[in-house]
Amino acid sequence: MNAVAVPALATRPVVGGQVTQTQVVRSEWTKLWSLRSTRWSLLFAVIAMAGLGILIAAVSMSQWSQLSPQAQATFDSIDRSLGGYHLAQLAIGVLGVLVISGEYSTGMIRSSLMAVPKRLPVLWAKIAVFASVTFVLMLASAFVAFFGAQAILTEHHVNVGLGHPHALRTLVGTVLFMTVTGVLCVALGTIIRSTAGGIATFAGLLFVLPGIVDILPSEIGHSINPYLPSSAGGAIAEASRAAHTLSPWAGFALYCGYTIVLLAIASYLLVRRDA
Amino acid sequence: MLGVIDVRGVTKRYGEKVAVDNLTFSVAPGVVTGFLGPNGAGKSTTMRLILGLDAPTEGTATINGKPYAHLEAPLHEVGAMLEARAIHTGRSGYNHLLALAQTHAIPRSRVDEVIELVGLGEVAHKRVGGFSLGMGQRLGVAAALLGDPATVILDEPANGLDPEGIRWIRNLLKRLASEGRTVFLSSHLMSEMSQTAEHLIVIGRGRLIADTTVEDFVTRASVDAPVRVRSPQTTELGDALVLEQAHIVSPEDGVLEVRGLSSERIGEIAAAAGLVLHELTPLQVSLEDAFMHTTQDAVEYHAAAVAETTDATDATDATDATVEVAA
Repeated sequence: MNAVAVPALATRPVVGGQVTQTQVVRSEWTKLWSLRSTRWSLLFAVIAMAGLGILIAAVSMSQWSQLSPQAQATFDSIDRSLGGYHLAQLAIGVLGVLVISGEYSTGMIRSSLMAVPKRLPVLWAKIAVFASVTFVLMLASAFVAFFGAQAILTEHHVNVGLGHPHALRTLVGTVLFMTVTGVLCVALGTIIRSTAGGIATFAGLLFVLPGIVDILPSEIGHSINPYLPSSAGGAIAEASRAAHTLSPWAGFALYCGYTIVLLAIASYLLVRRDA
Repeated sequence: MLGVIDVRGVTKRYGEKVAVDNLTFSVAPGVVTGFLGPNGAGKSTTMRLILGLDAPTEGTATINGKPYAHLEAPLHEVGAMLEARAIHTGRSGYNHLLALAQTHAIPRSRVDEVIELVGLGEVAHKRVGGFSLGMGQRLGVAAALLGDPATVILDEPANGLDPEGIRWIRNLLKRLASEGRTVFLSSHLMSEMSQTAEHLIVIGRGRLIADTTVEDFVTRASVDAPVRVRSPQTTELGDALVLEQAHIVSPEDGVLEVRGLSSERIGEIAAAAGLVLHELTPLQVSLEDAFMHTTQDAVEYHAAAVAETTDATDATDATDATVEVAA
């Protein structure tokens, strides 16, 4: 070993400054895109969102003559084209949990919190980055799905334009629903801290709970159903309002309310708990 | 005395278990301070409390007079490497460092600089999941040095490293010390810190056992050190020494280890009796022995202590780093 010339650990003063929210957002941007799991999940969500509606439209057109006249009359061109969100949402939710639970499972959270000891800027930055990425990618995919599907639906003249009542609201609403789901899942991941637990809770809330309510005696079920996270949030993502659901914006407001409550719990726990 | 790191009456309980028990000490600026204790003594917990990762049940821990959470630019004031991995395995080393650097607006050029500094240039863009333990430690050190902090906290940096890695850590510590940085270094092994540490804080079962200089720590433990005597007439010599209240053991033929008498006194007794001596050596207590001697009552898990002793011996052999007291 060279015992004579010991190089200095810093050859010149390191330029840098205080921690700011903007810089933490930049850091979270780097963290999000530097993981393979992110890129795969987002790719899956984009393909599901953009492709599934088009696929459904193509299948519907090829089977059109076999549909009953009633089915043909009630064919919902908007919901068919945007149906891919059911699948895309799964990827978004899983990734939302992973954004923070992945830090807990690997110990990265300790590095993150040592760099940003006030802690909350990390949570806000994760949400800002993940929500914007989800919104932008899903909005673009939803437009692809909508126009792609409508182009195919021209075959039997059941296509609609963006100017059609509910079309634009449903399209943007679908994207908003998925984006808020992503935020809700970041909150769940922060509260539960484990990937498996977070994903199970997410799936339980959005996919299992409706099934349980469904098998309740119908009077009780119908009175509970509008307030379930899935029905409340989903209201804005469906062109035609289903029975026993809230109006699109009321439902969406409630879904945002649930998310805010979970975020409040998550931020409290993030600050108070030992890391 | 106010130090760079100031721990005042800190207690940490996890449920019923007391991990740190009313601990008070300071780490002085510009000095390498070793933080010693057996496994489970509460070293890592104390460091986590200093770094604001855990909140103390009682007491305060501050850095440059402030709780860690109140530091505006923590990476510029303190760099820390924890014992437990704190790196996402799916990310490359470069991106790990970049993400940390960005929180403080530290430029990319500094990221490249610390990567070169720890010798990870070739693997910086590979996923950390494939890193060896030694590479992981190097990346941890790179993260600690990112903000060029005046204070560096390292938790068990040599743990699990091969001799090559241990040598690297030792050189790094020398460098950090020669640059006048404050280093707070924990270990359950003496070898890697004995070269550089000036001051020692020793804990056992979460309590302070010693807060002293390395020299003083060893001196205090060597009061009772034996003198090795080699002679062709051990039987006669033994008889003569026993008369002077010495305690004698004979580890091998022709050799005595004598306690309770100085080497000078033994020499005089032998001369008076006309006995031949081939060797007369005051045995030196290593920092290792001093540590074992001091903490033997404070070892939390005795099985763990046995494992540590084995580790310690290996590491000492590998690095030949045992500090010996000047006779």
